[in-house]
Amino acid sequence: MTPADLSFLARFLKERSGLIIGEDKRYLVDSRLGPVARKAGIASIGELIGKLMRGGDTALAQSVVEAMTTNESFFFRDGTPFTQFTDVVLPQLIAARAIQRKIRIWCAACSTGQEPYSLAMLLEQKAALLAGWTVEIVATDLASDVLERARNGLFTQFEVQRGLPVRMLVEHFTQEGDQWRISPKLRNRVQFRTLNLLRDFSPMGAFDVVFCRNVLIYFDEATKGDVVRRIAKQMPADGYLVLGAAETVMGATAPVRSHPNHRGLFMRTDAPAPAAARPALGTGAAHGATLATPPATSLQSKIAAFRR
Amino acid sequence: MKHCLVVDDSSVIRKVARRILEGFDLKISEAENGQSALALCKQAMPDGILLDWNMPVMDGYEFLVELRSLPGGDAPKVVFCTTENDVSYITRALRAGADEYVMKPFDKDIIGSKFAEVGLL
Repeated sequence: MTPADLSFLARFLKERSGLIIGEDKRYLVDSRLGPVARKAGIASIGELIGKLMRGGDTALAQSVVEAMTTNESFFFRDGTPFTQFTDVVLPQLIAARAIQRKIRIWCAACSTGQEPYSLAMLLEQKAALLAGWTVEIVATDLASDVLERARNGLFTQFEVQRGLPVRMLVEHFTQEGDQWRISPKLRNRVQFRTLNLLRDFSPMGAFDVVFCRNVLIYFDEATKGDVVRRIAKQMPADGYLVLGAAETVMGATAPVRSHPNHRGLFMRTDAPAPAAARPALGTGAAHGATLATPPATSLQSKIAAFRR
Repeated sequence: MKHCLVVDDSSVIRKVARRILEGFDLKISEAENGQSALALCKQAMPDGILLDWNMPVMDGYEFLVELRSLPGGDAPKVVFCTTENDVSYITRALRAGADEYVMKPFDKDIIGSKFAEVGLL
């Protein structure tokens, strides 16, 4: 692969997916595109890039984009965002949407589905609290192959052991040989769609909570700013954006600001200040939901939240 | 420093588990079957137990039932770690008082994830 090949590939990926790759990622290109070339019967990565340059093979172009995007995911990844969801976001929304009784959640880069299914499991635990509510989970990803896996809801033994408490495994999955399939009930809670974050996503409508974790890190500042601005436009003033723990929106801070008490949680800059602890309104209060700020979050508190 | 007892009849598995768990700053003891493990627990209850199912002399399930009936035996967090990966075994283990369940083969991420979930990390 020549420097010109790598330079073309970098432009191609940025255009198609927003992904930024530099000269230091040459090893990644070799390891990710080698299998794509072999599968397509192409002798070398240089030849494969030549084919991309000539254009016309959309399936090959899509395979290259999918191979180069990182799809690592696991259930309840990082713990804290899920504790924040049950302890901060959900009580707040239940109070604020007591009349509409509708909440829409978007997982903006859902990969093989562990994130939306984790949320579906948490919502299932709150079923009594949410009786009579409509809670939609829309999960999108750029890569159609990982979305297909997400739709199937079939996970390896290895995947179901990373982050998923065994009691949840037994409760929500059925064993199929060495694999585990998510229950139809949870599967049907999630709508999966192919979506490129660089394209217009306004037709999907407004979302009360947007999970967009560990995606923006692959974008340059301008792309990141654009995506965050457009996501913020899809959120109501009291909606929440959840980013990865290591992600910031510095340089793109105009539309959102970080929650004063919860790292990784962002709100629109024009959002009302987070309320002090007070009982939730409507059905939430009846079921004891509060807006109390939880103690420092950790995997342990995540487990405590599961068991409540 | 929390104390974890690794119970497995395979010295290789004990060694691998020890290496992983010591990496998490846990103090490790070892036993090669349920009976030896029970004797150690009667001397001093560990904070956590990584427990194989199939072992000679006393298997992991029998050990767990005995452990939970001992004074203070409800305290240790018990994480099964076994090749028995059928859901019926998992359910049986949970009913007997297991806190978590690892299906072999395992790696550091899985052990770390399970130990964190039961509050040992």
